[in-house]
Amino acid sequence: MNDSIRTFLRQPSGLLGLAILFLVCLAAALAPILYPGSPWDMVGAPLQPPGTAGSLLGTDTMGRDIASGILHGASVSLMIGIASTIAALAVGVTLGAIAGYAGGMVDRLIVRFIEIFQTIPNFVLAILLVAILTPSISTIILAIGLVSWPPLARLTRVQVQSIAAREFVQAARCQGLGSMSILLRHVIPNAISPIIVTGSMTVASAILIEAALSFMGLGDPNYMSWGYMIGAGRTVIRMAWWASLFPGLAILLTAVAINLIGEALNDALNPRISRS
Amino acid sequence: MSLAAIFSRVAGIVITIFVIATINFVLVRAAPGDPAAVIAGQSGATDEKFLAQVRAEYGLDQPYVVQLGAYLGKVATLDLGYSYRLRRPVKDLIAERLGPTLLLTLSAFLISLLGGVVFGALAGVRHGKISDLAISLLALILYATPVFWFGLMLVLLFSIKLEWLPAFGYVDMRAGSFGPFAYALDVLKHLCLPALTLGAIYMAMYARLMRASVIEVAAEDYIKTARAKGLTEGAILRGHMLRNASLPVITFAGLQVGAMIGGAVVVETVFSWPGLGRLIFDAVTSRDYPVLLGLFLVMSILVIAVNLLTDLIHRLVDPRLAVR
Repeated sequence: MNDSIRTFLRQPSGLLGLAILFLVCLAAALAPILYPGSPWDMVGAPLQPPGTAGSLLGTDTMGRDIASGILHGASVSLMIGIASTIAALAVGVTLGAIAGYAGGMVDRLIVRFIEIFQTIPNFVLAILLVAILTPSISTIILAIGLVSWPPLARLTRVQVQSIAAREFVQAARCQGLGSMSILLRHVIPNAISPIIVTGSMTVASAILIEAALSFMGLGDPNYMSWGYMIGAGRTVIRMAWWASLFPGLAILLTAVAINLIGEALNDALNPRISRS
Repeated sequence: MSLAAIFSRVAGIVITIFVIATINFVLVRAAPGDPAAVIAGQSGATDEKFLAQVRAEYGLDQPYVVQLGAYLGKVATLDLGYSYRLRRPVKDLIAERLGPTLLLTLSAFLISLLGGVVFGALAGVRHGKISDLAISLLALILYATPVFWFGLMLVLLFSIKLEWLPAFGYVDMRAGSFGPFAYALDVLKHLCLPALTLGAIYMAMYARLMRASVIEVAAEDYIKTARAKGLTEGAILRGHMLRNASLPVITFAGLQVGAMIGGAVVVETVFSWPGLGRLIFDAVTSRDYPVLLGLFLVMSILVIAVNLLTDLIHRLVDPRLAVR
């Protein structure tokens, strides 16, 4: 593990990713201190360009401060990204592990199920779920989790299959350990590193899906979100480019940072795969 | 393909459509409030008499199994319900929006595949050089860009600052008086930005894949042989590397069409492109659930059809697959 940390730290791109992500977390933490008021409150005249009258990044159609919105939106984006990835991991790893370990009929059924979910256009399903169950943080997390698990299930299945065939697993079985404890104690810990890598990239795609949902007007109405800000800025782009440019940059930077970290993690945790 | 293989393929498609229709059915019942109100597409103030009529038509007072059977029967006969908001059958609404979406997705698919193969090959051949780094960096950034924001930024640059291309719509408002050629040209002008927006993100994905594939193929023995017999680098690239390296990219691209149709939703919203995606946005805004449910079903079937088509094309292009 120490070796892995050292390999990770040796990569400039991974460090850059960590640095950007640290800044995003810092923005989320400092939002209530730097901008104690609600990001929905009017602070000045509408559509003021950046730098005027105390608003660093300008104001939107309702006179709301763009900089305040971006800082307050950071925690929502990160929270939804991480929570929906955990939901996707729970479903994906469970189904993938059962399919890979059980094999036979169970495996074939689960693979079919995964294939069906991969056929469905997943963004459309997410829209449908959030729209019908009414938009809130929990339905958004549920929807993103429900459309993000299939790749994780596929990966886990293949990993578990290859680990389960190894000799140490057979040895554990000969000692009379039950399937459940073999799976949890011997197979999954050895299969986990590529799943961690893909899981970290899933956070980035979850953040992008959340942004797209709130852009479509399906965000939680109680929380400021980057996607919502771009959606609100869309209609006034001719007059106020800043209302959509800056929130988009925030999404872009966060997603790039997470992908950079994911790639560096990949090199650190799966040295054989990345070198071949 | 053997008869058994065709049979299992058809069975798979039927099961998939069945599962998707069941998701629709469960969602309507899981929604907070009265399912009749969800189907009627109304929230808040409701007309009791009208709701009773909806309840009777969909058999909402019957057991769930009977309701599910009735719904699946409707789906099988292509009855997608009625939009009480727009006062038209959902089927008609979807049919008239299908063309623009297919045009947009197909153009974006071609742009992304062509661009991805060309840029990926360029980066792969110049592995480690400046042009490789530039392409790889650009691909990394594009891959993490929210599609709808990228579209808006293109509008900002090409429509507002440079005034080269129209910012939204399908044709000019005066298009009624255009001749057929001028009309097509006008649609093409309107198509540029949406197709580029949707295509660019996938182009980044394919370029990364193509780059890795070219680097892998370049190490193969038959490339060394080609070099040893004195072929120029250009001839090796065209005759031996490109074809072999692009196969996995094409396979992957075929699988991405479903995601692309989903991506078209936000792109059509940004550019007011009158396709299925824009219809989804309007249905979400007005909470028109019958339209949403019908669109989900039709778009899923569209993906299944495209997957089947890419599979058939693939078998034609790569005869090795047909043997297996």
